Amino acid sequence: MTLEEYITIFIIPTLSISVLLVFIRFLLGPSIPDRVVALDLLITIGIGFIACFCVVYNKSVFLDVAMILGLLAFLGTVAFSYYLEKIRKK
Amino acid sequence: MTETIIAIIMTIGALFVLLAAIGVVKMPDLFLRISVTTKAATLGVGLMLIGVVIHFSDFYTATRSFAIVLFVFLTAPISAHLIGRAAYIIGVPLWKNNRINELEGHYRQGTHELQSNKEEDSSVREGEDHDAQL
Repeated sequence: MTLEEYITIFIIPTLSISVLLVFIRFLLGPSIPDRVVALDLLITIGIGFIACFCVVYNKSVFLDVAMILGLLAFLGTVAFSYYLEKIRKK
Repeated sequence: MTETIIAIIMTIGALFVLLAAIGVVKMPDLFLRISVTTKAATLGVGLMLIGVVIHFSDFYTATRSFAIVLFVFLTAPISAHLIGRAAYIIGVPLWKNNRINELEGHYRQGTHELQSNKEEDSSVREGEDHDAQL
């Protein structure tokens, strides 16, 4: 079994199961910060998917997309926490 | 040989990500969920990117991968702290078996600044209770 087959058969399904589990919390989450945390974790798992696809298709260009995704996750969390604090102030 | 090492490293990374996902579903409290997410998922993604570096083994890929790892390792604790602070301020309930809440009354009401003494705040609360009893 080559490395590409191993990643396609074992690692990508593991990541897909974790995406499903996090999406359960994203739908159920009792409060808004729960959903923000679940969204952050979804994007982080997306970086893992991109790393898998880099190895499978033997192209390292996809890593740029991973960098932008990490930046967007951080910016999204910061913006959400900033405006969640503003709710209570008035 | 190299493929075996890459397979082992990426399997460990994927298992850490799966542990983070299970923890996000099963943990009883927002703050425990944050503590699971910010450690396990960050370590898992870092291990998978290290596997990518070993697979390509050139300078161009290694630089970008370490930039991503450094960025994720720097920003995950900051974003966890920010969302935890916002959640504590807007009053997300703690776990029901939680006994010590050392931050209670230490955030100033209007400006959300931390203060070391909570005497005035607690006195205000006692005054409110007194008025309510009267």
